[in-house]
Amino acid sequence: MPDLIEKNAPAQAVASAEPKPEKPRSLGLDAWHDLRKRPVFIISAALIVLLIAFAIAPSLFTSVDPRAGDLRLHYLTKPNYLHFFQADWFGYDGQGRSIYARMIYGARASVVVGICVTAGVTVLGGLAGMIAGYYGGWVDTIISRVTDMFFGIPLLLGALVVLNAFTTRTVWSVVFALVALGWTQMTRVMRGSVITVKQADYVTAARALGAGTARIMFKHILPNAIAPVIVVATIALGGYIATEATLSFLGIGLQDPTISWGIDINSAQKVIRTAPFALFFPAGMLSVTVLAFIMLGDAVRDALDPKLR
Amino acid sequence: MGHYVLRRVLQMIPVFLGATLLIFLMVYSLPGDPIAAMFGDKAADPATVANLRHQYYLDQPLWKQYLHYMNNIFHLDFGTSFTGRPVSEIMADAFPVTIRLALVAFFFEIVIGLPLGLIAGLKRGSVADTVVLLLTLVVISIPVFVLGYIAQTVFAINLGWVTATVQDSRDISQLILPGLVLASLSLAYVARLTRTSIGENLRADYMRTAVAKGLPRRTVIGRHLLRNSLIPVVTFLGTDLGALMGGAIVTEGIFNIAGVGNVLYKAINQKEGPTVVGIVTVLVLVYLVASLVVDLLYAVLDPRIRYA
Repeated sequence: MPDLIEKNAPAQAVASAEPKPEKPRSLGLDAWHDLRKRPVFIISAALIVLLIAFAIAPSLFTSVDPRAGDLRLHYLTKPNYLHFFQADWFGYDGQGRSIYARMIYGARASVVVGICVTAGVTVLGGLAGMIAGYYGGWVDTIISRVTDMFFGIPLLLGALVVLNAFTTRTVWSVVFALVALGWTQMTRVMRGSVITVKQADYVTAARALGAGTARIMFKHILPNAIAPVIVVATIALGGYIATEATLSFLGIGLQDPTISWGIDINSAQKVIRTAPFALFFPAGMLSVTVLAFIMLGDAVRDALDPKLR
Repeated sequence: MGHYVLRRVLQMIPVFLGATLLIFLMVYSLPGDPIAAMFGDKAADPATVANLRHQYYLDQPLWKQYLHYMNNIFHLDFGTSFTGRPVSEIMADAFPVTIRLALVAFFFEIVIGLPLGLIAGLKRGSVADTVVLLLTLVVISIPVFVLGYIAQTVFAINLGWVTATVQDSRDISQLILPGLVLASLSLAYVARLTRTSIGENLRADYMRTAVAKGLPRRTVIGRHLLRNSLIPVVTFLGTDLGALMGGAIVTEGIFNIAGVGNVLYKAINQKEGPTVVGIVTVLVLVYLVASLVVDLLYAVLDPRIRYA
């Protein structure tokens, strides 16, 4: 769409001689203007900004070392809900570590896994989908069948098998496993989107003007085909965070020096009867994070889908 | 139609081979020696090790192992696990349990998810609609393992309505709580999908015609609206039944159900290659058949779709 609108722009400017002529807007800009007015977007974006702040500079929010355990202060010391931002705000876990500090520090693993997996999956899967959709024929057949193969293996299951190969698992091994198994989701979305877009007249026009394959792909098709991919990617980001937590919870995701809500939920599960708060706070944090990304995805979808306007 | 089915079945073959090869490579190219692990801390007798390796076909190159495995599969032989138990026996124990659990979950998806979506879709913007939207959003964002523990703590430990873990999976009443937990995520999707679909179809021309003809409300909704709106929902439910079979690792772990998920999780941890590959092969088959059935159902439900 941006190309078409830009070509119409001079005529529009001449036609409207008002003091404030409406500037031509691309789909992205249009969606941004629409988004800024939505409360759902504002709330979810604020939550995500806060989360990213936790991830970048956790020490701004707590001065307590999340790995320092004092066994005298274990989970039987009840949390003191009036000690805002203090170590004992949400109590201590089984090893006497501050639950509040671990809640803040746990954001980093989740945010890094979520963003890196989504970026990897979008680039890798998007590229494969673009090639499949653009070239069609046997290239499409091969890529589509490979996609089907990966779809037959559930993500969680495959990730369990891959991660079992690593003896020490860091954030990067989890990212690797999820990207390697999850890229096909984006391939399907991108392929479908490219197939509809490539039949448009402006693509034929660009080809008639002598534009090369790369130019047609990245300048004409990509900007018009990317919207559904962005929507799926945003919603999937929350899903990847939940998957990382599930893997860590099962004991095959992140390992102890790394702080992860999944690990904390797993260790809290043993004391759930005596100290439900040890489970409640990391679990709540995880749920709110996933919720924020799903709401953001919903809002972005509504803004990017012209049919809904 | 016949041609379409044939083409789809032919397309399934490379996908089946590829997916099994993928899982085979993932499992068998991993570091770690299952034969050495059999001996624990004791020093292994080299002759016995060589013998065992030969018995499990581990002395061959990987591609030969795969061909050998595939050849056996076509004779319905899933091999023997490293504990000496035939994999088909392990699966015969685990699958009935998981199928029962999946059916209970599937039942809840339909019985709770559909009506919720129907109510919300018919009365868009009402209080009921908002409540359904918020509830499903909350359910979608709480991970299953958290939901499982909350349900277990509240209903089994605090209220004492059910047992905390499943003692006998043949007793359906014990499967209600795990079934609900397993169903929760899909249930929320079913409700939302039904709501959207009904909202779209409410504005369709045939709806206006049906109302204008003076048909009773019951007929308009039941015969005209629901039939058309349920097409995408049926598609989702079909693929979900396949997903419920393999996706129960977490739920089965929390409620201690000896189903496929639980067996698979243990097998992955213990590097029980034959068991993992065997179960995943069956799961891939279930997925492929489910997606074929869904596509065919599509044509039955919606006569506008024709497969040449």
